[in-house]
Amino acid sequence: MRAWVLGDNVDTDVIVPGRYMKFGIEEIAKHCLEAINPEFSTLVEHGDVVVAGRNFGAGSSREQAPAALKHLGIAALIAESFAGLFYRNALNLGLPALVCPAAKRIQDGEALSIDLEGASIRRQNGEVVSFERIPAHLMEMVRDGGLLAHLEKRRK
Amino acid sequence: MKQTLAQKLVARAAGRSTVTPGEIVTCKVDLAMMHDSSGPRRIKPMLERLGAKVWDPSKVVLLTDHYLPTYDDESRKIIRITREWVREAGIVNFYDAQGICHVVLPERGHLRPGMFAVGGDSHSPTGGAFAAYMFGIGATEMLGVLVTGEIWLKVPHTIAMEFDGGFAPGVSAKDAMLFLIGRFGLDGGQYQAVEYRGEAIRKLAMQERMTLCNMAAELGAQTGLIASDEVTAEFLKSKVEFWASDDDAPLLAHHRFRADELAPQVAAPHSPANTRPVDEFSQIRLSLAYIGACTGAKLADLRMAAQVLRGRKSTVKLLVAPASLRDQQAAEHEGTLKILVDAGAELLPNACGICAGYGERLLPENMVAISSVARNFKGRMGAASSQVYLASPYTVAASAVAGRICDPRGMLQ
Repeated sequence: MRAWVLGDNVDTDVIVPGRYMKFGIEEIAKHCLEAINPEFSTLVEHGDVVVAGRNFGAGSSREQAPAALKHLGIAALIAESFAGLFYRNALNLGLPALVCPAAKRIQDGEALSIDLEGASIRRQNGEVVSFERIPAHLMEMVRDGGLLAHLEKRRK
Repeated sequence: MKQTLAQKLVARAAGRSTVTPGEIVTCKVDLAMMHDSSGPRRIKPMLERLGAKVWDPSKVVLLTDHYLPTYDDESRKIIRITREWVREAGIVNFYDAQGICHVVLPERGHLRPGMFAVGGDSHSPTGGAFAAYMFGIGATEMLGVLVTGEIWLKVPHTIAMEFDGGFAPGVSAKDAMLFLIGRFGLDGGQYQAVEYRGEAIRKLAMQERMTLCNMAAELGAQTGLIASDEVTAEFLKSKVEFWASDDDAPLLAHHRFRADELAPQVAAPHSPANTRPVDEFSQIRLSLAYIGACTGAKLADLRMAAQVLRGRKSTVKLLVAPASLRDQQAAEHEGTLKILVDAGAELLPNACGICAGYGERLLPENMVAISSVARNFKGRMGAASSQVYLASPYTVAASAVAGRICDPRGMLQ
C-alpha cells in the first residue's frame, strides 16, 4: 500500500467540495482532493493509504468525505490527529482512522503495512511506528464493516 | 463531585448522576435534527436496508435549507425525496423553506436547556447556546440514532473561554470567535466542550450567543455551551431550567480575556484560523460582500449591517441572504431590510446557498470577497482561486461601502 502524504488541517471542502454533494459517491469521488492534487482520484490505487498531519477532516459533517476516500480504495487513514466528527464518520463507514504520533515521519509514496489488531505500522525502511488503539466498541464496528453492517448484524 | 455544564447534560442523557471526562457512555437522544442534504436522501435507503423505522418520529425535526431554491434535476430530486419521506416516516416537525436549520430550530421552540440533541450538520453546536448538549454527526451515525434513539459519547473535558467586561460598539460575537480560532487553531477545541462564560457573554443576546456556539465547530470542539439564564428564558418566551457548571468544577483549560480590548477581527483565505485585527487588512480591495448563513445573517446580524449601511451605498456587489424567513420578515417590519436594500443589497433566499457552496451563485475565478459566514476553506464557496475574508456583519458592511476591508467602528450610527 502506497502512502499519499498530505499536510495539516486538510478540510472536508478540500476532500470533497460542496458543489458536488448533489451527486452520488461515484461522481463525488472523482473530485476528491482535487484542489490540492487534481490527479489524486485517477492515480490512487486500491489499498493505498492517506497520511496526514494534524486535524485531518476539519469542517463539515458530510460523510461523503471519508466515503469518497473509501470509494477510491483507500484502505486506512493515518494522521497525527483527526477532526472529531470526521473520525466518527470514517469509523462508521468501516474505514480505519489511525491516530499516529509519528505520522509526519512517513514519506509520500513509501510502502506501508498496517497491523490493525497490533496497532502498528511497518514503514518501507523497516521502522515500526505505533498508533493509538481504536476503542474496543468501535473496533468491533469497524470489523463488521461499519455501523450499518453492525446494526444489520445486531438486528438479525 | 463538582460537574461542568457539559458533564451535567451528558449525565442526564446517560441516566447517571455524574460522569467523568474520558469515559465512554451511551446517551438517550431527545432531539435529532436533519436537513435535505444529509437527511432523507441518505437515511431512507439505509433504513430500508435494515427494515427499520424511526424510533420516535416526534423527536425528529427535519428542515430544507441546502438545496433550496432548486435549480436542476439533482436538487429537485433531493427536495422531492425529503418531502415524500416526511409523509412516509410520519415526521410532524417539518420546516420547508423556512430558513437555515440552526436558526429555525430554536426560533420554533424546539430547543430547551437540559436537552441532549444531535444534528446532521457540523454547525449543530449552535444549540449549545440554549444550554443543550448538541453536536453534529454524519448520515450513517444519524441512521444509528434514528434506529436506536441512542448514541455513544466520550464524556468531554471542558475548556472555559471567559470574557470579562463587555464588547465595544462595532465588535461582536463573530469577532470573538475569529479571535479564538486564530489564537487556538482549528483544533484548539480538541473535540471537547467549549464553554463561553463571563460578564460579556451574559450581556449577549441569544442570537449572538448562537454565533459563538455555532463556530465551536471551527474551533474543533464537539460542542459549544453557554449556561441558561433570563436571556434564554426571554428568547424562548417561557420559564426555563437554569443549567450551569458548578463553581470550581475541574476544567481542561480556563482562558480569560478582556472583551473591551477586542478589536474587529478578519480571517484571511483559506482558513478561519488566519485571523488578525481588521487594520492589518486595509489594503485588500474587494469585488463582493456577502452577508449570509446561520452564523452571519440572523436578525441580529442584519441589524449590525444596517447600523453601518444606513444612508450609505455599497460600492461593491452586496448580497444578503437572511438566515430565516421569520428573521427576514422581522427585519422588513422594523425597517432594517429597507436600509440594506437602499444601500444596494441584492436579497437572496433564506437558505445556506453560497456559504456551503450550494446553488447557482458560486464565486467565480479570482473573486475577492468578504463575508460574514463561518468558513473560508479553499474552493468552499466556489472557484478554488477565489479569495474569501471572514468578518463580522459590521465589518462586511463597512468594507462594502469602502470597497476595501475597513474598520466599522468609525462608521457606526
